[in-house]
Amino acid sequence: MKYPWKKLLPRYLILVVFMLVVLVPIWGMFTSAFKTSTEVMEGPFSLPSDWSLENFEQAWRVGRFNVFFKNSVIVATAVVISSVFLSTLSGYAFGALPLPGKNWLYPLMLIGYMVPFEAVIIPLYNLMDTIGITDTLWALILPQVGLSVSFGTMWMSSFFENTPRELTDAATIDGCSRWQTLWYILWPIAKPAVTTLVVLIFMWTWNEFLLALVLVQNEALRTLPVGLAFFQGKYTANIPLMAAGAIIVALPTILIYILFQRFFIRGMLGGAVKG
Amino acid sequence: MANVTNKYPGESRWKGWWYLLPALLVYLLFTFLPILETIRSSFYQWDGFSQNKTWIGIANYVELFSDPKFHNALGNNLIFVIFYSIIPIMIGLFLASLLSRRPIPGFAFFRTALFLPQVISMVVVGVIWRWMFNPTFGPINTFLRQIGLDVFAISWLGDFTWALPAVGGIGTWVQYGFCMVLFLAGMQHIQDEYYEAASLDGANAFRQFIHITVPGLRSEIAVALVTTIIAALRVFDLVYTTTRGGPGESTMVTGFLIYRAAFTNNRIGYAAAIATVLTLIILIISLFIRRFQQQGIEESA
Repeated sequence: MKYPWKKLLPRYLILVVFMLVVLVPIWGMFTSAFKTSTEVMEGPFSLPSDWSLENFEQAWRVGRFNVFFKNSVIVATAVVISSVFLSTLSGYAFGALPLPGKNWLYPLMLIGYMVPFEAVIIPLYNLMDTIGITDTLWALILPQVGLSVSFGTMWMSSFFENTPRELTDAATIDGCSRWQTLWYILWPIAKPAVTTLVVLIFMWTWNEFLLALVLVQNEALRTLPVGLAFFQGKYTANIPLMAAGAIIVALPTILIYILFQRFFIRGMLGGAVKG
Repeated sequence: MANVTNKYPGESRWKGWWYLLPALLVYLLFTFLPILETIRSSFYQWDGFSQNKTWIGIANYVELFSDPKFHNALGNNLIFVIFYSIIPIMIGLFLASLLSRRPIPGFAFFRTALFLPQVISMVVVGVIWRWMFNPTFGPINTFLRQIGLDVFAISWLGDFTWALPAVGGIGTWVQYGFCMVLFLAGMQHIQDEYYEAASLDGANAFRQFIHITVPGLRSEIAVALVTTIIAALRVFDLVYTTTRGGPGESTMVTGFLIYRAAFTNNRIGYAAAIATVLTLIILIISLFIRRFQQQGIEESA
């Protein structure tokens, strides 16, 4: 059954209104990034007289967003690759392998997914200090791998639990070891689940703020969100410059979201909490 | 969990442990042990760098429960629950019921837009809304002046009364699209026959909503509740970038209180006690809602 046009129109109107409430602030910030300081005062939604990239250039060099960007890329890449690899192995253990102690191991891993970062930040700070990696990017990478494998393990184990057992049985009969079964038989069909996990962990790591704020003090090691927060403290009144910085921070997650939308929404509707 | 042992003949029954071990070690070292350490620290008095760490029993908790700053922060978190959770869920349910079950052409486009605030860094969200709320040239006050409501063109984030609802409103902005998309996805699974039968029985749209839509979305509502309530209880980034808890203590939240106690006031033990209480509250709420969700599944089965 489909809607007749008469019924469809009011529904579109409602959708448009609620969509505009979301988009207008983002659009306003986006256009501000191309304006001059005087243009910003003229009206929040006037268009810039020319779409110059000067503010971006200034944020990139003077605001050191080039450095922050590089740090964010390193941290996010390292966290995503290692968390997804480790979670595939541990999810496989939970979902398909003999695992004595499974009944208490599962809730043990679940706890890490539910606790707020505030609950671990103080000991983490001291731990990094003790092993001497404060003020290296390791101080950001290691804890986020630890926190991500908690969700990743649950996500992957529910995938492996739901794969037909016949598949692994057949592979074993054909002489595949468990390791071969995982990488040659299951990994290719795990692509949708893995893609979802990759985009979610990427987004959480890219946007993570509290750990990055506390665990590195050296300005040269800041990630983009922390860099932007300090930048905001320094250039409160310079809206165009701040808007440019905000766009540099937001653009990568927005692009990946648009490209992998299906996977994002599936993961987040599955009860994955924004960190 | 299923009763299958997953063990093949001739295979070590410990096989799974080898696969679990690397993830488990990283998890234990960087997440689980720190949680235990936080709980342990909450029974000590410690400034974070000196050698003397004194056991003081439950003194931190005693102080905490009579600390007006903690009461205030926790109260603000509860107000955030209204803005992060209750209002977005109401908006989501309202919109989902209006749009109802039939596919709307082009809905994918709206969904993309409505979901957008979920993927943007909260620091960026903070920057956007500080501009929106800017007292002199922000869009909100510009608009209010244009329609002649100059008296309302106040300094939103600097006002003792309005800063909290203003920051809360940002939370609503972030969450409602998520709730709406969640409920619309759920409504695709409610069978048309229920609504047809209800219409034949003369149930109006409101009664259909209460008796069919809401129970049918029980599982989605539970997911929305867990997600948004936890977001409201652990809010930190947004407060850090918009108000830093001010003016005064008017937007102070528990997460920021922990940060301040630990890293500004160097009261590690006290900060750990607040963190322990916050974690407990979050765990209890998520377990409670999960149970409510499972009960729903059992009843309908």
